[in-house]
Amino acid sequence: MTRYIFRRLLQAIPTLIGVSILSFILVNAAPGDPVTMRTFGDTRMTEEARQILRRQLGLDQHPIVQYFVWMTGLSVQRGDQVAVMTRPGKPCGYVGGIGVTVCDGGGGILRGDLGVSLDTKQPVWDRIVERMAATLELGIVSLALSLLIGVPLGVLSAVKHGSLFDNLVRFFAVVFRAVPIFWMGLLLIFVFSVMLGWLPTGGRQTVSLTQTFNLGDRLRHLILPASVLAFGGIAGFSRIMRTETLEVLHTDYIRTAQAKGLSPGNVWFVHAFRNALIPLMTVMGPAVVGVLGGAVVVETIFAWPGMGRLTVNAAFQQDYPVVLGAGMFFAVLTIIGYTLSDIFYAVVDPRVRFD
Amino acid sequence: MAVEQAQKGVAFQGGQDALDLARKPQTYWSMAFTSLRRDKLTIVALSFIAVIALLALGAGVITNAIGVSPTQTNPANQFQQPYLIPYLQWMLGTDPLTAPTMLYKSGGAPHWLGTDQLGRDQLARLLYGARISLSIALVAAGLSMALGVSVGAVAGYFGGRVDDVIMWFIATLTTIPEIYLLIIVNSIFRPTPLTLTLFLGFLGWFGTARFMRGNVFKVRMLEYTTAARAVGASNYRILLRHVIPNSLPIIVVITAVDVGALILTESILSFLGLGVQPPTPTWGNMLYRANDFVFLRDPVTKEFLGLHLLIWPGVLITLTVLSFYLIGDGLRDALDPMLKNKK
Repeated sequence: MTRYIFRRLLQAIPTLIGVSILSFILVNAAPGDPVTMRTFGDTRMTEEARQILRRQLGLDQHPIVQYFVWMTGLSVQRGDQVAVMTRPGKPCGYVGGIGVTVCDGGGGILRGDLGVSLDTKQPVWDRIVERMAATLELGIVSLALSLLIGVPLGVLSAVKHGSLFDNLVRFFAVVFRAVPIFWMGLLLIFVFSVMLGWLPTGGRQTVSLTQTFNLGDRLRHLILPASVLAFGGIAGFSRIMRTETLEVLHTDYIRTAQAKGLSPGNVWFVHAFRNALIPLMTVMGPAVVGVLGGAVVVETIFAWPGMGRLTVNAAFQQDYPVVLGAGMFFAVLTIIGYTLSDIFYAVVDPRVRFD
Repeated sequence: MAVEQAQKGVAFQGGQDALDLARKPQTYWSMAFTSLRRDKLTIVALSFIAVIALLALGAGVITNAIGVSPTQTNPANQFQQPYLIPYLQWMLGTDPLTAPTMLYKSGGAPHWLGTDQLGRDQLARLLYGARISLSIALVAAGLSMALGVSVGAVAGYFGGRVDDVIMWFIATLTTIPEIYLLIIVNSIFRPTPLTLTLFLGFLGWFGTARFMRGNVFKVRMLEYTTAARAVGASNYRILLRHVIPNSLPIIVVITAVDVGALILTESILSFLGLGVQPPTPTWGNMLYRANDFVFLRDPVTKEFLGLHLLIWPGVLITLTVLSFYLIGDGLRDALDPMLKNKK
């Protein structure tokens, strides 16, 4: 088992490298040359001074070297350049053996430095951390909701195969896949907040001077966004559980269980349910991605102070470092989600490990 | 089966059955078409798409005939409610005042589905929006199909290193949720309808490629592929004439579902303000401001003013996407001979 987990973790490395290369390409594709942006409107800047700055920032180097610098924060120059390159906060050393100067400029993606927001001048990482809890809260609650509602719906729908209930569940599963999530959110706001006035229209808590934590108030704010985000999951999980349960119900061991006189409830929920659950593990990865993707929209509609809203606002202001940082952060979350789902799969289904 | 029975018929009875033999042979596609024709739900979905497509194509003619335009603003007539019901009441004689008043305010043009915050006609915007939304989705789906099929086929057929690199590339791009990837790209390069189509197409083929690769892995091992190779067919010929046609049914199904999914994605991006920019109407960006109008009430009558702006674009998106999904399901049933035998 340990070997399987280790092998699975190793498989995530190439993907992570791929994501970092992609991000680096996008950073460089963004309009605006860093030197021009830093010196815009500065009349004292001569072309020569620009060249020096370009060199100090390492922009004259090969893209592969630049990628290395961007990842590690270490910059490299050929020959002994210690005197030229050293600046306050940027210690340099000459490595005689290979004839290069290595400087530690600090930062680098590997050390969690995702750059500085163009908008607020805060480190991108700080802005993400600030918003993370809200997104996780929304995501976990809606994932739990969709499992708690979607799985039983799917099983019941398979057990009552061909009944009115089954047809209704299938109908809604198809329709909910087609409804734009933002439109559903707006309709629910209209019905429950504007017309009936039962629930707040948005935000994570009621704005007050003291901002004390109030669980009831928090929950009331959570109901609408979490439900809207859960709809897609409910539709997806119920469809998968229905197919899987139907398949399991036709197997020999279920017939044996029925033949030896077990009660229907015992057959469905003890024998069939557990085996039907296995494929559910494989879709947990995609489900996490779905929730993260949906969060962008839901957070925007409900003014939920999470990362999705941060990303959209940053995209609007063309604050690329934040948008890209958030994208990379989501990629890492996704890889963790997929890896965990594969490991859980191997835990519940030993056959996987022998592949 | 049919041939077998007919042959038996010839042997035992002759006559009528011999005539049956002369019937036009049934091909795979003609059989699929026959079973599709019996599928009522799919026919309804197909007809709906046909109607929407016709309305979108005829947007210019229709709006000219009514006397409205999608970009003509009229600040004096913002948030006019749909003209349809007052018109019916006027014709039935139950309310002789409302409809003529509305016509007076709008300068004589009937706004059948009301007007938006700038007094533009919603019906006209929906029709022109259908043009943009549908053509973006159709072209992007075509693009992603072409890319997905060719890349997937190459990966599956050649395997080895080529496959590793392609799969690594796909795995990388699918770790960032698609919507974020599109947001990133759209924040860096502000899209026009054309570039948005390209982004959607170029970032949407991964699923198709994976399906295609899986299927090609299977087909590559079949006897007829080996036979083709044995008679000296080139890789190119085997791919094009033997491997890809075998996957054609599944490609058709995926593409139909893809069009629906792309309409959704485009609407989400435009709703977030990161897709097609106003004043060009799409179904998504018509809902862009609906967020603010949900709360808007008439100060005197307390009626909701922006409700019609919230309802209609959403209904159209939902029905269109639903239709494409249903067409996909219908095609899957019609094109899958294994499934057909089970029934």
